[in-house]
Amino acid sequence: MIAGLTATERQIGLVLAGLVTLMGAALGIAGRNDVLGYQGLLIVVFGALVMIALLRNLDAPEPDESRLAEYYDDPIRFGIVLTMLWAIFGMFVGLWVAALLAWPELTFDAAWASFGRLRPAHTTGVIFGFGGNALIATSLHVVQRTSRARLPDQVSPWFVLLGYNLFCLLAVTGYFAGITQSKEYAEPEWYADLWLVIVWVAYFALYIRTLARRKEPHIYVANWYYMAFILVVAVLHIVNNLAVPVSFGSAKAYSAFSGVQDAMTQWWYGHNAVAFFLTAGFLGMMYYYLPKRAERPIYSYRLSIISFWGITFMYMWAGSHHLHYTALPHWVQTLGMTFSVVLLVPSWASAANALLTLNGAWHKVRDDATLRFMMVAAVFYGLSTFEGSFLAIRAVNSLSHYTDWTVGHVHAGALGWVAMITFGALYTLTPAMWKRARMYSNTLVEVHFWCAVIGTLIYVFAMWNSGIIQGLMWRTYNDSGTLTYSFIESLVAMHPYYIARTLGGLFFLAGAAVGTYNIFMTIRHEPLPLSRRAEALGTDRPLVPGE
Amino acid sequence: MAVGERDPVTGKHTTGHEWNGIKELDNRVPRAVFFFLLATILFSIVYWVLMPAWPLGVTYTKGLLGIDQRQTVEKAVEEAAAQRAAWTDEIVRLDFAEITKRPELMRIVRESGSTLFGDNCAVCHGTDAKGSPGFPSLADDSWLWGGNPEIVAETLRIGINSTHPETRFAQMPAFGRDGILDRPAISSIVSFIRNNAEGIDDLGPLDMKGVEEGAQLFAENCAACHGAEGRGDPAMGAPDLMDNSWVISSDRASLSRTIWQGRQGQMPHWEERLAEIDRKILAIYVTEIAGRKMEAAQ
Repeated sequence: MIAGLTATERQIGLVLAGLVTLMGAALGIAGRNDVLGYQGLLIVVFGALVMIALLRNLDAPEPDESRLAEYYDDPIRFGIVLTMLWAIFGMFVGLWVAALLAWPELTFDAAWASFGRLRPAHTTGVIFGFGGNALIATSLHVVQRTSRARLPDQVSPWFVLLGYNLFCLLAVTGYFAGITQSKEYAEPEWYADLWLVIVWVAYFALYIRTLARRKEPHIYVANWYYMAFILVVAVLHIVNNLAVPVSFGSAKAYSAFSGVQDAMTQWWYGHNAVAFFLTAGFLGMMYYYLPKRAERPIYSYRLSIISFWGITFMYMWAGSHHLHYTALPHWVQTLGMTFSVVLLVPSWASAANALLTLNGAWHKVRDDATLRFMMVAAVFYGLSTFEGSFLAIRAVNSLSHYTDWTVGHVHAGALGWVAMITFGALYTLTPAMWKRARMYSNTLVEVHFWCAVIGTLIYVFAMWNSGIIQGLMWRTYNDSGTLTYSFIESLVAMHPYYIARTLGGLFFLAGAAVGTYNIFMTIRHEPLPLSRRAEALGTDRPLVPGE
Repeated sequence: MAVGERDPVTGKHTTGHEWNGIKELDNRVPRAVFFFLLATILFSIVYWVLMPAWPLGVTYTKGLLGIDQRQTVEKAVEEAAAQRAAWTDEIVRLDFAEITKRPELMRIVRESGSTLFGDNCAVCHGTDAKGSPGFPSLADDSWLWGGNPEIVAETLRIGINSTHPETRFAQMPAFGRDGILDRPAISSIVSFIRNNAEGIDDLGPLDMKGVEEGAQLFAENCAACHGAEGRGDPAMGAPDLMDNSWVISSDRASLSRTIWQGRQGQMPHWEERLAEIDRKILAIYVTEIAGRKMEAAQ
């Protein structure tokens, strides 16, 4: 990988890694009396490892000019591996947290293993570690292929990918050490947030620069979705994380917002993180890999565009539905609810566009677990967006809020939509990236598919039951007008569902482990001989320099 | 890239573009999309007209129905209080003895007492009120401070070794750690207690040693609080050591540790956390119902 970099690029990489190391050292020294010191040390180790890798190959010969006639896929391959490593980590912690809720002793009396630290490690691990790496890897693949343009340079994709993973590492190790700013899905503190801003701006620039080099006259719709994902996540991340550190030697910072404004900013962020990180980005993935695998044209170009603008416009208003029946003024709740209801239409239009694209390819859905992953993902996307709009209605929310129904809803989206579309995309992408005829084992893809489907269904049904029972128990009154059930009785009622949820999570994790093994074995296999590649993989349209 | 190329499967036109093999059909947006878009937008407009919806500088559109969530909650709370007043007034007015004679009030005490107990007491005393080591059982007839509802209500109000200025106070000294008794003496006292208390069926060889000396040591060191017969003293919160109910446990290790290091159990005070009527309900629930329910279950 490093041998593919030019001498100048290696030197630039070395300088950048050196700067990161210095920055980590400065942070570590300033924070030597705080947990921040360890975070600084982590940055130093990370920067030093990159520097060592570069230094060992600094004198390698210049790469062949012929590389410019091909797409730049090294960071994509690296990203695929990182995606699966984070999947295993994040889903394992998720399983642990699920088990912890059923059997509270599993915290082992250790502070680092308490629920409040494991839970963000799970959410960050799966959303940012697994989902984020999958988005970066696939976006760099899609933008090159649909623009017929090579990435503009070989340093910035590495900066984005490695920098992003440094952020994820800082976040997760920070949680275990007790660092958090207590904002759901935005737990990392100020220094990690600042670093992500730098990385994200580089990501945006990289994407724009690649698009600017495109040789196709039109920008394919997948790129619209990826661009919305990158741009809006930047805006959300910066605004929600505005904070003032206690000092430069302290990990702790205080938010610029307080009270209900803080809550509203947080859920404007939180819901749009769902919208633009977990929806728009993965719709981009869907719009490339699903038609590619099905070998069918997208059902309707117009539908994809109207859905795009519907989703981007409507989601921005919907965040306040997380704060129904709170101190938030009633009118803000009304707006959040009504826009959430309208939002169902473009969401279902997207799901319908995906499923209608499969017309003429349903026999492939039956035979090919990879395509079936993507089909099921589109179905779960439709189900969970319907559920989302439904739960956003105030009257429904009065029952569902603060219950496991919310958790079930999130996982219908996260497992059923996000993870399944990702696995479908990875099973399409991996053989192409390593020039293999197919995955190492199609049977294992099939095994993974059924583990994922069974796991998701068990999980979601358990949480539906649990959530609705909770909601009903909390609002049942005696004839005398007092509450019928104590909170602790509702906890006892949850216990069997929590065990079922753990089982569902175990299925899903087992599937991901099978998938990781399958990808690993695919990588280890012999590449296809050059002569057979075209027929087995389908050819990418050639990159002709100077065209 | 022939414009107007047809998809061989559906016979529909494509848009004429292609990206690395991916094409798009030029299908029109299905009518249903526009229909539902219109329907949901119409719903929203009607909802905005009826409910508080759009900001107008420092105020907002109040909606034709005049609904406001704060007023709705206040009204619901008032109505619920009015509905409950039928019996809450009675429970506040009557004393414990009178309440226990009124079956219709006792039914309410049973209902709401169970929930109050679950939400406030069960974390320490257990959902079945049987307690756990360090947290006394409330389901038996053994009471540290006395088991009539008036006393329990007072314990709820001020707590035990709590931060309330009038708190009940009880401390067992650390006989071993503070050098009052040595280990053989403590062992003898433990033997004496275990040989005389009810319901101890796991007597071992160690329990046979020092029973006589233990009786003597008990009279000198323990009887002042726990009584000459070891039956405890509710005035001081000293537990009965001869019955079958144990705050910690009746095993040798627990008893030895208690005598060695002393005990000062705590119960929070509830005066600021629960209304008087709730404490009253709990006092009756705990004394009259929790125990009986257990007996009935057995």
